[in-house]
Amino acid sequence: MTTTPQAVRRASPRTRRPATPVAPEPTAGLLPQAEPVRLLDPDGTPLPPRADLPAPPVEALREMYRRMVVGRRFDAQATALTKQGRLAVYPSSRGQEACQVGAVLALRDDDWVFPTYRESMALTARGIDPVEVLTLLRGDGHCGYDPTVVRTAPQCTPLATQCVHAAGLAYGESYQGRDTVALAFIGDGATSEGDFHEGLNFAAVFKAPVVYFVQNNKYAISVPLSRQTAAPSLAYKGVGYGVPSEQVDGNDPVAVLAVLTRAVAHARAGHGPYLVEAHTYRMEAHTNADDASRYRDPDEVEAWRDRDPVARLEAYLRGRGELDDAAVAQVAAEAEEYAADLRTRMNAQPVVDPLSLFDHVFAEPTPQLVEQREMVRAELAADAEGDA
Amino acid sequence: MATMTMAKALNAALADAMLDDERVLVFGEDVGQLGGVFRITDGLQARFGDKRCFDTPLAEAGIVGFAVGLAMSGLRPVVEMQFDAFAYPAFEQIASHVAKLRNRTRGALSVPMVIRVPYAGGIGGVEHHCDSSEAYYAHTPGLKVVTPATVEDAYSLLREAIADPDPVVFLEPKKLYFASADAQLPARTAPFGRAVVRRPGTDATLVAYGPAVPVALEAAEAAREEGWDLEVVDVRTIVPFDDATVTASVRRTGRCLVVTEAQGFAGVGAEIAARVQERCFHALHAPVLRVAGLDIPYPAPMLEHIHLPGVDRVLDTVARLQWDDRPDPRWLAQGSAA
Repeated sequence: MTTTPQAVRRASPRTRRPATPVAPEPTAGLLPQAEPVRLLDPDGTPLPPRADLPAPPVEALREMYRRMVVGRRFDAQATALTKQGRLAVYPSSRGQEACQVGAVLALRDDDWVFPTYRESMALTARGIDPVEVLTLLRGDGHCGYDPTVVRTAPQCTPLATQCVHAAGLAYGESYQGRDTVALAFIGDGATSEGDFHEGLNFAAVFKAPVVYFVQNNKYAISVPLSRQTAAPSLAYKGVGYGVPSEQVDGNDPVAVLAVLTRAVAHARAGHGPYLVEAHTYRMEAHTNADDASRYRDPDEVEAWRDRDPVARLEAYLRGRGELDDAAVAQVAAEAEEYAADLRTRMNAQPVVDPLSLFDHVFAEPTPQLVEQREMVRAELAADAEGDA
Repeated sequence: MATMTMAKALNAALADAMLDDERVLVFGEDVGQLGGVFRITDGLQARFGDKRCFDTPLAEAGIVGFAVGLAMSGLRPVVEMQFDAFAYPAFEQIASHVAKLRNRTRGALSVPMVIRVPYAGGIGGVEHHCDSSEAYYAHTPGLKVVTPATVEDAYSLLREAIADPDPVVFLEPKKLYFASADAQLPARTAPFGRAVVRRPGTDATLVAYGPAVPVALEAAEAAREEGWDLEVVDVRTIVPFDDATVTASVRRTGRCLVVTEAQGFAGVGAEIAARVQERCFHALHAPVLRVAGLDIPYPAPMLEHIHLPGVDRVLDTVARLQWDDRPDPRWLAQGSAA
């Protein structure tokens, strides 16, 4: 790595100022549009194309549809597995399929994703084995996949802490001459956490290629958005850090993919971070352990059913002649197969080795850990003898 | 052999590590052009450029979280927390991510990094500048916790910390920064996990680390006049802890006093006392005693000398190590209520 100091350019004292200086608007390009970007009506009817926002290629949208359908089936299966006691808990992202799938489709395989616990669908859409994704929730480990192989950080439970990791990783990658982009998922509630702000600020100051993707699903467990912020929209939080921002209809798959594709391109081109807020809705409770009827009006939930992102994309693709009954049935069959395979594999009881408790605390165990490992080993041996 | 300060040795360790390994990045608050408020990073930016030694926004959680990401990308961050108490905003990052990433990912991801923390008191600092925060870190599995008491150890332990595959919280005793000693750099002292006998003795063992080591050594010198020959063990690395050296010393002397500057309740000194008692019970002629800071928020500068364990308090406590085979009168007076 070279550390050549940047040449310092000084303006010649004789340089003339323009006769009529025009100060650029300091917030130019930073503020989001007043209304969320939308490219499809809720019924799938396309809205007029926008010059500033190229529409995604139709092949990408067909693939998006496929992954959204499979993703929704995965989500339903994971919920069912929780009811069967196979998972300790499951935070569903039903209703957020356009966001979950759009985010990973906007990235290259070698980009990095920093997910939260609600991104199980996004991770499976990224191609990570669903059994590995659910390891955390099944309880046989904290992270079932190898983050270095799938370029995906462990699902993050401490809110917003991943925002600064994404900034650091993205800066580190560009520092080492690689054009990797990092995308950090975050929810509306977590934008109140300090690490969201520190992440945005570090990424902006160091021009780190990060996309911060807020899925504003309107509730942080039970607390509504009005208790998180008085800002006109969460996308307005970018301007204070000098980060260009956009808001998008998070249930409009075409708009989500278009806006995120533009954000990723911005970051990859070396312009620094980008903040996207997607307006969406968590159709299920926070997790299976939550009772959303205590804080949400059923009419509100019903209203969001009419904005279903999967039906919307299906209608759009059918309208363009890119999807027919046979193709829809084929995708549905694939989703069923995916769920059946997951069911089968999740029904096998995972094997856990008690002595693995002492692995990977440090690169090499301390003498104290060696001692404790021996104690547990002896306990297990005594138990086994007692059972015999 | 040259006379130098601990601050200079730490600076040399950073420079040598940056020279040897281009993945090493040094950053934090005021560490660039200024060279840090204690000048530990002095000259590094001029020598290595502002891509390798740089200032950050004033946000400790951000600094440590940024370092997590950098370490994930294959770099070796060395971050400075400006003062002990200023590191608290970073505690979530340290406890939930730095300490756990290796374990959470079954070894797939590790985040080797060094978090340098100027710590402890004795410099007349105003509030929030003098905390002994070692117990918070030592209580967090996955962190190595290191604190030098000598100039050569400062160099050697910091080099080892930067090369270590695990995250290291490197606690620098502020009051020792500008204490000088003869040192030959690059020094290579005992590795992590090894305590060192700083002064051999036969009658009792004083166990200390960081800022308490010079206090223990001074007390041991003064104790000669009382007829006690005291051994002083410098723990050096709180994690991993060297039970072997400490217990070997106590078994030899039969008496143990743990000296820490930190407040005593639920502290590292309590852990050491418990470990010694568990391992040396039959060799002990007296209960293991502790001399620690008082269980109070760090006091205002004009009262810190009462808070900090000094030679007199150490010697008074040594006197209670049952030299004439009678129980400590304090315990008798308190009866069963004790």
